[in-house]
Amino acid sequence: MSAAVTAREAGFVACTRCTRVWPMGTEHCGRCGKPLVSRDTHSLSRVWAWWVAGLMCYFPANLYPMLRTQVLFTVSEDTIVGGAIELALHGAPFVALIILVASVAIPIGKFAAIAWLAISVRRGSAATPHARHRLYEIVEYIGRWSMIDVFVVAILTALVQLNLAASIKPGPAALAFALSVIFTMLSAQSFDPRLIWDRADDDNDTGDRA
Amino acid sequence: MPRIDIARADPAELIACPQCDALYRAKMPAHGERAVCARCHTVLIAPRKRAGMIIIALSAASLVLVLGAVWFPFLKISRQGFVNEATLLDAALSFTGGPLLVLSLAVTALIVLVPLARAILTIYVLGPLVFDRPAPPGALRLFALAEALRPWSMAEIFALGCAVALVKVADLANLSFGPAFWMFAALVFLTVIHDRWMCRWSVWEALEHGYTARQRKVPA
Repeated sequence: MSAAVTAREAGFVACTRCTRVWPMGTEHCGRCGKPLVSRDTHSLSRVWAWWVAGLMCYFPANLYPMLRTQVLFTVSEDTIVGGAIELALHGAPFVALIILVASVAIPIGKFAAIAWLAISVRRGSAATPHARHRLYEIVEYIGRWSMIDVFVVAILTALVQLNLAASIKPGPAALAFALSVIFTMLSAQSFDPRLIWDRADDDNDTGDRA
Repeated sequence: MPRIDIARADPAELIACPQCDALYRAKMPAHGERAVCARCHTVLIAPRKRAGMIIIALSAASLVLVLGAVWFPFLKISRQGFVNEATLLDAALSFTGGPLLVLSLAVTALIVLVPLARAILTIYVLGPLVFDRPAPPGALRLFALAEALRPWSMAEIFALGCAVALVKVADLANLSFGPAFWMFAALVFLTVIHDRWMCRWSVWEALEHGYTARQRKVPA
C-alpha cells in the first residue's frame, strides 16, 4: 500500500479539532478558531512538564492517608494501597482489585506509557506506529477513570456522617491524587500524535534507501 | 501523481486525519457507513440517519437526568438508628475547609457542571440545524467548547464510584441505592450512545455551510 500523503507534504496545515484543511502558513482555523500548527514542536515540552507535575503529586497521593475513618472511638487512616488491602482481607477482593487497577496500575502504566511515547518520538522505536498509536488512544481513553477513587472519597465523606457511630473524613491524599490525575490527563492531551506517524515515515525512508 | 493532484485541490474539499495528518478528499459516505483513515484507522466521518434529532433527544435526556440526580439522594446509609442520605451536592461539597475546598469545586464541575454544560451547548448548537435554520450565533466556538469539555465530563465514572463506595462501607453500615444512582447509571448508557451517533465532521460542515449543504458534497 502506498504511503498516505500528509497535509504537510501537500503544502497544507490541518486543524486537529475540526479536520478542516488550510494553506500552509494560516495561523488560525477559519472554521473553529483553533491556532494551527503543522506539527506542534512544543508538544513534547508540555507533555513532560505536565508529566513531571503529575508524578510529583502521585507520591504524596500514595504516602498520605486518603480516608480517616472513625468508628465509635477508634480512628483509622487508610492510604490507597492500605485501603485496598483491607478490602481484600474483608472479603471484597473484586472491589479491592478495581481500586488497585484504577488507582495504582492505571496511573503507573500511564506515566510509563506517556514517557515511552514521548521518548520514542524523539529516538525512534522498534514498535510499529500502529501499536504506539493504539497505546496513545488507550492512554487518552482510560486516564479519566482514575478519578474514581477521588469520587469514592467524596461519596463516603458525604454519606458516612453518623455522629459517634461512624464518620469518614477525607485525607490530604485525595487532593494530591485528583491533581495527579488531572495533570496526567493534560500531559496526554498535550501530545501531538502526528509525531508518531512522521517518525514512522522517516524510518521507512531510510529503510528504502538502504 | 496523486501527490501533486491533491496538493492542487481546494482545501475546503479536503479532510486531514487529526491523529496522523493523512490527507483525503472529503466524501460523505452512505448513512450507516464510515470513512476511516487508511493509515491509522481513526474514524473520520460516520454519518447516520436522523443523527441530529437523536443527539438532541439524548442531550435533553441527559440534562433532565443530571438535574434530577442533583436533587435526589444517590445512597442511603443506616447504622444503629442513625440514618443519612447523600445527594450529589452533599458529595460534591463534602471537601470543605482549607485546600480541600478546591477539590470540592473540581468534583462539582466534573460530575455536574461539565455534563450539564455539554448537554446545553449541544442542544443550542444542533437544535437550529436539525430544523434547517441557520446556525445560532457563536455556534462554531460553542461547539468547539463542547468538544474540549468532552474528556472532563465524568458522570459515568461517578456512577461506578457509587458502586465501589457501597461495597467499601458494607460492613460498617447498611447501604442502599437511591433514585439518583439509577439516573447516573442511565447517564452512562446515554453517553455511550451519544458518542456513537455523533459525527463531528458532519456537524462542523453543517455549521460552516448549513445542514443541507453537506449533501451536495456526496460526489467527489
